[in-house]
Amino acid sequence: MEFLQPSDWQDALAAKAAFPDAVPVRGGTDVMVEMNFDRGRPAALLDLSHVKELGEWGRDDTDDTCVRIGAGVTYTRVLRELGTTVPGLAQAARTVGSPQIRNRGTIGGNLGAASPAGDCHPVLLAADAVYEVESAARGVRRIGADEFYLGPKRNSLDADELIRAIVVRATDTGQQFAKIGTRNAMVIAACSFAVAINREVRSVRTGIGSAGPTPLRAPEAETYLTDMMTQGELWEGGRLPDADVLKRFGDLVAGAARPIDDVRATAAYRRHSLRVMARRTATWALRQSC
Amino acid sequence: MRLECTVNDEARSLDGVWEGESLLYVLRERLGLPGSKNACEQGECGSCSVYVDGILACSCLVSAGQVHGARVITVEGLAEGDELHPIQRAFVEAGAVQCGFCTPGFVMVTHDLLAREASPTEPEIREALAGNLCRCTGYQKIVDAVQLAAKMLEEE
Ligand SMILES: Cc1cc2nc3c(=O)[nH]c(=O)nc-3n(C[C@H](O)[C@H](O)[C@H](O)COP(=O)(O)OP(=O)(O)OC[C@H]3O[C@@H](n4cnc5c(N)ncnc54)[C@H](O)[C@@H]3O)c2cc1C
Ligand code: FES
Ligand code: FES
Repeated sequence: MEFLQPSDWQDALAAKAAFPDAVPVRGGTDVMVEMNFDRGRPAALLDLSHVKELGEWGRDDTDDTCVRIGAGVTYTRVLRELGTTVPGLAQAARTVGSPQIRNRGTIGGNLGAASPAGDCHPVLLAADAVYEVESAARGVRRIGADEFYLGPKRNSLDADELIRAIVVRATDTGQQFAKIGTRNAMVIAACSFAVAINREVRSVRTGIGSAGPTPLRAPEAETYLTDMMTQGELWEGGRLPDADVLKRFGDLVAGAARPIDDVRATAAYRRHSLRVMARRTATWALRQSC
Repeated sequence: MRLECTVNDEARSLDGVWEGESLLYVLRERLGLPGSKNACEQGECGSCSVYVDGILACSCLVSAGQVHGARVITVEGLAEGDELHPIQRAFVEAGAVQCGFCTPGFVMVTHDLLAREASPTEPEIREALAGNLCRCTGYQKIVDAVQLAAKMLEEE
């Protein structure tokens, strides 16, 4: 097995171009499990630990209402440093694994693994995030979260590309994430849900996790709540939508899911819990930004 | 590869290491440091917890290649000679050790927690220990041990 250890981003891109089969590794919390159990012995490992750029975050150069967060930023750092910048992502980070897993697991690793149960995805879909990927040959490409997920554990990265960063609007309000599992810690979601309500541009966006082959949105639910907010003149704040509006929003989210029965939950339970999580998180997000 | 790193403040150099093997394997099988336990090799039990460059991690999920040049502290690095670290004493005194298999991992997370937060609340303790499994104690004595350790460290 080749072990490639680039010292910066340009080296990393060159290595990935030279060895398209190399498996990138940063935190290792997905890759090492596979290796320990001999499920995958890659031809080459591309260790991104020393690529400093991946651990940085700051205002986005092209749009200063957004932050650009390096793919190698860990959950522990998201929690400590980004709680009032991308609150939904910080909430999701807080539910990942355990302190040890959060200390090493990264956003980029979650996107790379593209598990339908990954906790970053619903939040990033809801927050309308854009993923910045790059290759030595073709340079930077920005992919909307909507276009990124192709199937279970499949994303739209090309073989010579690496994930550089995520770009997302900075806000301290209107985002909520909820997750269902058997325990409070160390749990892969039975299902999860995120909502982002942006009163400035009057939008509602959603993300569903672990209830379909990929993370999903619930477009009908989004349109419905947006229309109800407009009709009820609720965007300016002060009042919440009626309880049956929020309930209907939950029903529409449950309807958008494409769950299956598996070891973690039945499809019916997934739909039920989505209905409840959607209603609650929307209520929290609206109340908080009221 | 030749792996060079410091383990418990001692420079180590090992030949013939496979980059893809886990740090846990390196510690136990190559360096004869069996304090870090192997109970799952998938990040679920915390019994292999060590510091890598000051950050607490499951050593089963860090590859040997990734620790080249790194500073690793294991549970063996906490005591001073034969003198137990106060956290280790607290675990003994609180009765938090039964079979003892999980203890090194719990001692390490306690060390990490108390370095950040000198007098944690019970929920904070439980949150910090959430990545470590114990099949003997039922956890209450371990929580007691963390509280006792906090007190002992404060008095020192
Ligand atoms: C005990 C345990 C509990 C867990 N709990 C959760 C949980 O609650 N929620 C959750 O969502 N996940 C959980 N996970 C899964 C994992 O921790 C996350 O998916 C994490 O985000 C992976 O990040 P990493 O840096 O460790 O990834 P790595 O293992 O280093 O990589 C993961 C994948 O991404 C690729 N990759 C990494 N970085 C890049 C990059 N910059 N460009 C391109 N590809 C890249 C790798 O090739 C690999 O395919 C858990 C894992 C364990 C072991
Ligand atoms: S052996 Fe590493 S977490 Fe269980
Ligand atoms: S004391 Fe036996 S596993 Fe914890």
